[in-house]
Amino acid sequence: MIRLENINKTYFGAQPLHVLKGINLHVEEGEMVSIMGASGSGKSTLLNILGILDNYDTGDYYLNGKLVKDLSENEAADMRNRTIGFIFQSFNLIPFKTAMENVALPLYYQNVSRKKRNNLALEYLERFGLREWADHYPNELSGGQKQRVSMARALVTQPKIILADEPTGALDSKTSAEVMQILREVNQSGITMVIVTHEKGIALRTNKIIHLKDGVIENIEINNPDLIDFNTEIK
Amino acid sequence: MFDFDGLNEIWQTITRNKTRSFLTAFGVFWGIFLLVILSSTGNGFENGLMKQVEGVTPNTAFFYTSTTSEPYKGYQKGRSWTMQMSDLEAIREAFPCIQAISPESSLWSSEEKNVVYNSRGESFSVKGVMPEYNDIQKSKILKGRFINDTDIASCRKVCLLGKKVYETMFEKGEDPLGKMVRVNGIYFQVVGVVRSYTENVNINGTIDESVLLPFTTMQQVYGMGDKIYFFALVADDDTPISSFEDDLKLLIKERHDIAPTDETAIESFNLSEIFGAFKGMFLGIHILIWIVGLGTLMSGIIGVSNIMLVTVKERTREIGVRRALGAKPKNIISQVLSESLLLTVLAGLVGMCIGVGIMAIVAMITSSMPSSDTMFQDPNMGFGAAVTATVIIIVSGLLAGVLPAWRAIQIKAIDAIREE
Ligand SMILES: Nc1ncnc2c1ncn2[C@@H]1O[C@H](COP(=O)(O)OP(=O)(O)OP(=O)(O)O)[C@@H](O)[C@H]1O
Ligand SMILES: [Mg+2]
Repeated sequence: MIRLENINKTYFGAQPLHVLKGINLHVEEGEMVSIMGASGSGKSTLLNILGILDNYDTGDYYLNGKLVKDLSENEAADMRNRTIGFIFQSFNLIPFKTAMENVALPLYYQNVSRKKRNNLALEYLERFGLREWADHYPNELSGGQKQRVSMARALVTQPKIILADEPTGALDSKTSAEVMQILREVNQSGITMVIVTHEKGIALRTNKIIHLKDGVIENIEINNPDLIDFNTEIK
Repeated sequence: MFDFDGLNEIWQTITRNKTRSFLTAFGVFWGIFLLVILSSTGNGFENGLMKQVEGVTPNTAFFYTSTTSEPYKGYQKGRSWTMQMSDLEAIREAFPCIQAISPESSLWSSEEKNVVYNSRGESFSVKGVMPEYNDIQKSKILKGRFINDTDIASCRKVCLLGKKVYETMFEKGEDPLGKMVRVNGIYFQVVGVVRSYTENVNINGTIDESVLLPFTTMQQVYGMGDKIYFFALVADDDTPISSFEDDLKLLIKERHDIAPTDETAIESFNLSEIFGAFKGMFLGIHILIWIVGLGTLMSGIIGVSNIMLVTVKERTREIGVRRALGAKPKNIISQVLSESLLLTVLAGLVGMCIGVGIMAIVAMITSSMPSSDTMFQDPNMGFGAAVTATVIIIVSGLLAGVLPAWRAIQIKAIDAIREE
């Protein structure tokens, strides 16, 4: 599903910063992978490249068999819209739209009719137990509810892959556990998942932990989430 | 570019900050409102003036003789002279652009009450004219007919009464046609009643207070021979009279042995020059109005553009999220353009409607005022100007959105995603 070959990325700020120094990575379809590492190790940078939000300098990135390189704005937008679902630490819901409208937004860019996309949005909100919150605005929702809305938004287009940057970063441990439970269920429905986190408790709930250090993959830890007790606290 | 499913999307963002949207739109509203009010008022005055001169053909001139002011070919200066019908024929031949030409002779009576009917007498002016006179100073025939060629050819003793003359001399509702009226001692049969189109522009006295006689009859019965002191003519619209006015005078001077340089022997009065002056004045007023209106509108548009720029900046995160979720540049452009378009068009149309509404009320009030010679008539913007204004609103709405839209597509998804 994801294949990275010798990816390099340098930020040219006040002084050049070589953030990713030759990343090689394979993520198979249906895998659930976490990326861990110290702050500043390049986790978000890597995830943004995976999400075609940012570009890389050298190397090759294949997503779903297609080389992601020098894409036009439109191609990139299309690919993000149809194959990738994003979950952010700060939710990134649009404040003046209701939960339903937020969930329906990606479908708007697929030219799905208003009625159809609202129905689909309601269906997904239902799935996350938020049916009765459909007409509420983000500032009327709790952190956990917001994250569930954003998960519904990520899934409504039936993407092949979910990219989550610290999805539980703004949540308490109990809510974090709930969110992780949902993400596992999503993964079990066959959707590939890459989660950036610096919480061990989160990483332990994924099948593969990629340790990033100073812009290179230090090691990849194979993990069996079924072995951990899901009632244990995450934080 | 403008998708209707997106209308709700755009409406949401506009109504999100109602005060700001209102203040933004107000500049455009005010510009259009001002434009409508000013240009309608300008038109009102123009229409008022046009009403005054209704029935007057602009391309009209009047020529009249006077004593010579230079000696020439053995004649002394200060010589009295007159024109003849043959002069008018020569003029008509020399200048084919002349559509109508008619002499006009007047009778100033020493009698106190020169027009008499049924022992009722009153003083009115008496004019002798040709049938073509009605093409020069148009009058409305209320009863009967105008003077015709047979009247001229056989010097019939017929007359037309001005409206006022008829009203003074006859009982209300009395049929004047066929009745005999005594004019300066001679009886004429009434063949018609006429009214001038306007009461305000009249050369040589108003028709309403005149008795019109066939030119030839008048010359004959009052012993005026073939003398013409005054004539009027109308040329076709493509040939301004000023273009041949001097040549025409030269022709007459030559026929009567008058020095070509003599400025006073024959003089003229050209209506088109006066019309031209008025037209120029109103053109100037209209240009001024549009400059003021468009200037105000322009500052409104710049206001819209400015606020949209601020809005785009504030919405960096939202736009970035949209991009991350799959919005293409064209989606973002169309959203920003539609927003500024909707805001501008709404404000513009409201301004136009209110302006037109107010002017309609003003028009109602002015038209209900009794005086018919009001200088202010039917103040409206005109359909063409309204269409122009609408097109300007739409175009400027799009223009106002161009810079903000360009800024908006500079925002990349990554800008929004990056924390802080
Ligand atoms: N746009 C940028 N321009 C310049 N430097 C950047 C930019 N974005 C990130 N960096 C730098 O690149 C490095 C890696 O950043 P990145 O956000 O990938 O770290 P991270 O692993 O996600 O850290 P954290 O756990 O704190 O989120 C950091 O040193 C950061 O300062
Ligand atoms: Mg990060």
